[in-house]
Amino acid sequence: MDKPWNNRAWLLVLPVVAIVAFSAILPLMTVVNYSVQDIFGPGQAYWVGTEWYRKVLEDERLRDALLRQMLYSLAVLAIEIPLGVAIALCMPSGKGWRTSLTLVLLALPLLIPWNVVGTIWQIFARGDIGLGGAALQRLGLDYNYTGDPLDAWLTVLAMDVWHWTSLVALLAYAGLQAIPPAFYQAAKIDGASRWSVFRYIQLPKMRGVLIIAVLLRFMDSFMIYTEPFVLTGGGPGNATTFLSQFLTRMAVGQFDLGVAAAFSIIYFLIVLLFSYVFYTFITKVGTGDAR
Amino acid sequence: MSVQSPTADGLPAAPAGTAGPRDRARARVSARGIALVLYIVFLMLPIYWMVNMSLKTNAEILSGLTLYPRNPTLQNYVTIFTDPSWYSGYLNSIHYVALNTVISLVVALPAAYAFSRYRFLGDRHMFFWLLTNRMAPPAVFLLPFFQLYSTIGLFDTHIAVALAHCLFNVPLAVWILEGFMSGVPREIDETAAMDGYGFPRFFLTVFLPLIRSGIGVTAFFCFMFSWVELLLARTLTSVNAKPIAATMTRTVSAAGMDWGLLAAAGVLTIVPGALVIWFVRNYIAKGFALGRV
Repeated sequence: MDKPWNNRAWLLVLPVVAIVAFSAILPLMTVVNYSVQDIFGPGQAYWVGTEWYRKVLEDERLRDALLRQMLYSLAVLAIEIPLGVAIALCMPSGKGWRTSLTLVLLALPLLIPWNVVGTIWQIFARGDIGLGGAALQRLGLDYNYTGDPLDAWLTVLAMDVWHWTSLVALLAYAGLQAIPPAFYQAAKIDGASRWSVFRYIQLPKMRGVLIIAVLLRFMDSFMIYTEPFVLTGGGPGNATTFLSQFLTRMAVGQFDLGVAAAFSIIYFLIVLLFSYVFYTFITKVGTGDAR
Repeated sequence: MSVQSPTADGLPAAPAGTAGPRDRARARVSARGIALVLYIVFLMLPIYWMVNMSLKTNAEILSGLTLYPRNPTLQNYVTIFTDPSWYSGYLNSIHYVALNTVISLVVALPAAYAFSRYRFLGDRHMFFWLLTNRMAPPAVFLLPFFQLYSTIGLFDTHIAVALAHCLFNVPLAVWILEGFMSGVPREIDETAAMDGYGFPRFFLTVFLPLIRSGIGVTAFFCFMFSWVELLLARTLTSVNAKPIAATMTRTVSAAGMDWGLLAAAGVLTIVPGALVIWFVRNYIAKGFALGRV
């Protein structure tokens, strides 16, 4: 079905353009300004060209943070996508109360303010007053998320799995629900095994929603800030300092405007690059409807 | 051949006839059920622990682990509901979240219609540009937002936070609504035009009622992402529009953490979300797929 060509449609898009321009382009231009100037005060700005960018790219702490971020986002995807699909396969179908209850309980972590997610895990994982932390210590493990970098990292990861796997599960579930029963009947007539039903019917049908899931999870984990900020404050040391936190520390904490702005631009470009790759990918695979 | 209805988990039942496979299928179904229950227990445990803690006094919290409150007390909740600096945080949050949801829907509806019905100059680039804003890290916008809203005198107002949250909610709203609108056949538009409906009248009285569920789902998502966001909301407010999530940092004082109060405030932030989920539970699955399954 081809859509008619009509440039008057622009009039309908105009309000969105106006509001997003106000909340995105204007601020972004400020950042660009900062990234190429050295600003001492009002009216006292000096053109410095690419100096801040060079400084950022040479900064080892930044490279560490970027590496940590990549590792973290990959770990998040590697755990949450398969786990979410597995949960979706376990979920009841139909319209009964069991389905409703499962959906509501699964969606609950998604609606909790992000800093409260941090608080919940802070309370849960502490060795003295937290159920989880105390249980691990009772098992004889030397668990201490405020002191041990690995424990802190794993706790932040567990928190993310707790927080976001539901999103993947709900998406995958929506994909599964869209499969007509006739497909399963055909598979049964052919005597297909459980694995081939999954591999040749369920997985292809989930492909579209899984791409959305990977996209959302990658982007959101790439800009994670609030939860680790509340839980570990980025520590111990820098073990859980991810890009966003590194950036806010630089911009607000040390007030290094130029460097922070240059870093913002680079950060944004990285996200943009990935978005573009995903976007073209999505446009290619769908039949045009999933653009 | 008789057609069997799918079993409870939406998968084909094992072929009937012999007892063996059927038993095995039932065992497999219950194994799935157990796995699901285990996962939900994992989800609920931390939340339960916070609820548990919110019903205890600080003395009881610090004196040792108890799986349930020995002397349940509502004192923490009383503190929150009687102290204006606490409960105004909730009102502020609800205020800007509602504003943001309304703004996002009003601007996104016509745009989504344009994207779903027409091709126009630069439409695909435009769509991609919108989506990149959903993917922009809020931390990047922290400082410029602060300066922008201070300059135009909107700092510490609800509308400032509502506008800032449009950064990620408007693109999302357009994306979801476009998915739902594309599911409505174009013949409807044409029939309405032939019946002499002008565009505004058609849009408001014919088209919008058709995508009710889509609008509900979109509102849900706008609510959700505005409600859970803290970084921008905290940066753009100081006193008058301070969100509850920022108020919670007050529990850290010189005397140490007030764990009970912190937990009670946390529990109360979960309540609005839980209510909203309950209302949209029948659309959740489709909504989470952004209307595109």
